[in-house]
Amino acid sequence: MFNLVFLLAALSLVWGLRLQSNPESAKRGNFLASMGMGFAILATLFFEIKDQSTFNNLIWIAVPIILSASIGTYIAKNVQMTSMPQMVSIFNGLGGLSAVLLSFIELYKASSTNFDMFFSYQITLIMSLFIGSVAFTGSMLAFAKLDGYRWSEKLSLPYQHIINIILLITIISLTYLYFVNSFAFDYILIVLVISLIYGIFFVAPIGGADMPVVISLLNSFTGITAALTGIIFSNNVMLLGGILVGAAGTILTVLMCEAMNRSLLNVLIGGFSASGKSSNKSEDGEIKEISDSDFAVQLFYSSSVIFVPGYGLAVAQAQKICKEIQETLEKNEVEVKYAIHPVAGRMPGHMNVLLAEADVDYSKLIELDEANEKFTSTDVTIVVGANDVVNPDAIDDSSSPLFGMPILKVWESKNVVVLKRSMNPGYAGVQNPLFFKDNSKMYFGDAKDSLQRLSSELKNL
Amino acid sequence: MEAIFNYVTENEIFIYLLLFTIILGFEVISKVPTILHTPLMSGANAISGIVVLGAIILIRQTDPSNLTILIPASLALFVGSINVFGGFIVTDRMLGMFKKKKKK
Repeated sequence: MFNLVFLLAALSLVWGLRLQSNPESAKRGNFLASMGMGFAILATLFFEIKDQSTFNNLIWIAVPIILSASIGTYIAKNVQMTSMPQMVSIFNGLGGLSAVLLSFIELYKASSTNFDMFFSYQITLIMSLFIGSVAFTGSMLAFAKLDGYRWSEKLSLPYQHIINIILLITIISLTYLYFVNSFAFDYILIVLVISLIYGIFFVAPIGGADMPVVISLLNSFTGITAALTGIIFSNNVMLLGGILVGAAGTILTVLMCEAMNRSLLNVLIGGFSASGKSSNKSEDGEIKEISDSDFAVQLFYSSSVIFVPGYGLAVAQAQKICKEIQETLEKNEVEVKYAIHPVAGRMPGHMNVLLAEADVDYSKLIELDEANEKFTSTDVTIVVGANDVVNPDAIDDSSSPLFGMPILKVWESKNVVVLKRSMNPGYAGVQNPLFFKDNSKMYFGDAKDSLQRLSSELKNL
Repeated sequence: MEAIFNYVTENEIFIYLLLFTIILGFEVISKVPTILHTPLMSGANAISGIVVLGAIILIRQTDPSNLTILIPASLALFVGSINVFGGFIVTDRMLGMFKKKKKK
């Protein structure tokens, strides 16, 4: 009977994720997945445990669930969409912590009962302990980095990578000692502490702009831990759920790395390692500024406009004004689209959520390839708060650290207007030749103020 | 070597399950379009909270007087289910924003 419920739960989880492949059905998919989770929890509460099911510890189950349901709901209802990466990091860390606690308890039981457990069983536990710890402390540090705590950028030590390798070797040696010294629990304690430290050092050298990769990777770690925990409790639904999450995290990690044309290793080592050979040709071309009224008139008389939003737009909270401009232009029969680079924002797909929050219809959002085909037939492309993802050096200059990164070829449109706070280079520290192209103009100022100015200018026309 | 061989034979069905689940996972997830990657991630995150099942099993197996196990297990259940509830609800909130607006 309960096996049937577990089966139903597993099917709901898979089918729920399947439905998430389309914006129309995604909401139902999420609901179905949550139902699957509910079934699984109910079945776990009531199925018969083989060894001894005489205990009734319902209070120890009910209290945490009620507490966490109210806390989780409160956070989920109130979090800002711009803070979504932070929230996902924290939740991910909590999932990791949960798995750590469980494997720790199981190891404690295994060593205290002196019961000669399977070797594979204990190895699984230790792996779950290790990966879960990395997911936990790593996510917490990722949260601190995303939320802009200064100290979080300074945690990296000199020779960090060598230290990390030493830590890994220590963990493996301790695990070996644990097995040869008749499961002395002290070793597990040290393994736990080092694993937690390793999680911090693992994320420490990675730059704030690489967070889309880190979050995806840590997400897949939590998935793997969950799957390992599923093996320990010989629960197939846990195994399945964990693997699904692991797959999601892995795929997103690969996609994000591809979007930056960097290997995972390169991201993990941190920063642009090629910063020494930055572009040596000096850009002394002239930049041209565009005035409020010229800009507005130009948009007013074009037939197609593409926005290229970057994280700068989200920081300035300017999505709503973007939408306002879009509506004004559409009234005037100007076609408006948004070109979204895969790493726009702080986590995979973040920019799409931010625009969806501002009520931009998702059919207006176009992806990299489609956008690159469309630019040639576009009258004006407006770059808002994006820089490296529109840098032509990625195609032209093989000495540029950005070289090879897939980018949006905005300069192929008839006109480009770049909204920018100042002439400072982007995250990669590279100058952007786009600004000096003949068909590009600059519109300086804070993204929100600039767009506001533009919007009122447009309405006056 | 023989130990590994024996392990594989003993757990044959389990290993099949493992392999097929991995393939299934990659198949299902790779169909999700870029615009839905953030909700996918928070939804997947919620699913990783499935570790709470382990916590529940553990608590149910434990003697009510054994607080050294009950307290950390309860804590595991607590943090894990924050992940579950928060994850699903915030995903629902996000996906609500992607609803097609009926306008011409």
